[in-house]
Amino acid sequence: MEAFTSLASGLAVAIQPMNLLFALIGVLLGTAVGVLPGIGPALTVALLLPITFKLDPAGSIIMFAGIYYGGMYGGSTTAILINTPGESASMATALEGNLMAKAGRGGPALATSAIGSFVAGTIATLGLTLLAPYLVEIAVSFGPEDYFALMCVAFVTVSATFGDSPVRGLTSLFIGLLLGLVGIDILSGQSRLSFGIPELYDNIEVTTLAVGLFAVGEALYVASRRHIHEEKLEPVRGSLWMTKEDWKRSWKPWLRGTLYGFPIGALPAGGAEIPTFLSYATEKRLTKYPEDFGRGAIEGVAGPEAANNASAAGTLVPLLTLGLPTSATAAMMLAGFQQYGLNPGPLLFAEQPALVWGLIASLFIANAMLLVLNLPLVGLWVKLLAIPQPWLYAGILVFATMGTIAANPSPVELVMLTVFGVLGFLMRRFDFPIAPVVVGLILGPIAESQLRRALSISLGDPMVLLQSPISATLLGIAVIALILPFFLKGLGRFKAVED
Amino acid sequence: MTTSPQRRRDAAGLVIALILLALAGLVWWDMTKLQILSPYDLGPKVMPIVVSVGLTLLAIGNGIGALRGDLPPRDSLDWKPIILILGGLAALIVLIAIGGGFMIGTAILFATTSAAFGRRAFLTDLLIGAVIAVFIYLLFGKLLTLSLPAGPLERLF
Repeated sequence: MEAFTSLASGLAVAIQPMNLLFALIGVLLGTAVGVLPGIGPALTVALLLPITFKLDPAGSIIMFAGIYYGGMYGGSTTAILINTPGESASMATALEGNLMAKAGRGGPALATSAIGSFVAGTIATLGLTLLAPYLVEIAVSFGPEDYFALMCVAFVTVSATFGDSPVRGLTSLFIGLLLGLVGIDILSGQSRLSFGIPELYDNIEVTTLAVGLFAVGEALYVASRRHIHEEKLEPVRGSLWMTKEDWKRSWKPWLRGTLYGFPIGALPAGGAEIPTFLSYATEKRLTKYPEDFGRGAIEGVAGPEAANNASAAGTLVPLLTLGLPTSATAAMMLAGFQQYGLNPGPLLFAEQPALVWGLIASLFIANAMLLVLNLPLVGLWVKLLAIPQPWLYAGILVFATMGTIAANPSPVELVMLTVFGVLGFLMRRFDFPIAPVVVGLILGPIAESQLRRALSISLGDPMVLLQSPISATLLGIAVIALILPFFLKGLGRFKAVED
Repeated sequence: MTTSPQRRRDAAGLVIALILLALAGLVWWDMTKLQILSPYDLGPKVMPIVVSVGLTLLAIGNGIGALRGDLPPRDSLDWKPIILILGGLAALIVLIAIGGGFMIGTAILFATTSAAFGRRAFLTDLLIGAVIAVFIYLLFGKLLTLSLPAGPLERLF
């Protein structure tokens, strides 16, 4: 049980007072942004990257993970109380949860989602603990061609396989890859797509892109259609606590949701929407109270909420062991590692065990903190929804611009932010997914360097990609994942939107 | 109303396809200027070629989609808030570029965004924005020692 010894040493790191404080700040921020419509965990991490640059790496990364977990908890509150999910992973929760709130059972709906998130988060983090050492062992034997093939799988599944339209998903991905080309090529020292603009020689900042797409783009989009769309907050009435009956109807959906969420989150399939909707469909089919579905069934909240938190933990498996982000938030966390010169992957487990295992241990702590914060304090979080929308978005834009120029004090950086904001607006309007752009920008250059490393080892022979059995298998999977959605239109139900 | 709206040609979709094609051309043109240093591989040219070819194919894919009217339905659009928000951002950029610091620009951005979301108290919001800007300056600049562009107002602190 090597994993548990490592976990125990990680726990010693995680319970240092400073790291506990960072975890607490993370879960508080995460819950707040999860509750607020318009900002999600990916944007929050992006905004915090420049500010945390001078802080301790372990502490900031623990904080980022807290934000990720907290965002999953907070999103459910918004989904249940106003029918607008704070983030897309809560869309399935909103279906029955909002109906429960309307029927005066908002309290138990919030409770089952918080407890279900805790159960699922804890089991899934345990899964991460047990699985990570094995994956690290496998990943050590990966050559550059295998890594490149693995990234191809991630590219395809994140953009094409589960989106509304594979063409639009791939278009988003290639825009991200194009942005990843900008700047000086490290291996040859030549500049690409820079047009003599000094700010472009230093590559495009992931922060600027993410903040532009998510904050500015979202603000423009919501403002442009404010005349159509209106939100209504459902007050929490009646008891917060679950009855014995509620417990009885909740525990199985929690476990089933976890079983969907963790493996699907761990596969490079992108986002938490798929497991949440699968869990919703399963609960609807298995329930003993089919008449409740459509009127506020607790199973329809418990299952998807568990799935959503389990998939957040699942996403951390490829991120930590392979350096492979499969969602926008995971991509931002990878950027968080990179700003300290750390590269997640098997080497990180060997070189920085205290940091990695400290992070994993702190996830257990964050999860427990979130349960405590969410159950009794739910009234407080609901108050956040009372912030007037104009001030909320004005505040978001002010922090977005300040975060950007704090990282790079130059007006050119703000012009880029604005351009990316317009891009984000257009992509929302024409229904192009956003996450593949961010994943493309951050993973593109890594994939390129792996490919070139593989090609220079093979003296330029591209067949090296097919000669390694791992790489050939992975490329085969990528091709299947690319072709499949053109034949199976049904996959498009699991739309991958993330903010 | 004889043609079904789903099967109508979509002008915006065609524009998207053309933009993608132009981007593909730009990446290709930029790639031709690169030099290959290693005799064994294509070096810095590999990825631009992949991206350029991919974008060309996607331009065709998007173009076909637009001709078939496959784009999802769009809601009506209100231009005024977009102009207000972009105007606020432009004001901030210009003020920083000419050395006016970030505080005035931040206050303007806060007020125009509020207005874009339907508030009708421009002067109050301008004041709130200014207070937030001071707060941010103290937090970022003094506490976290990050450098923010300074102008006449910032030097007072």
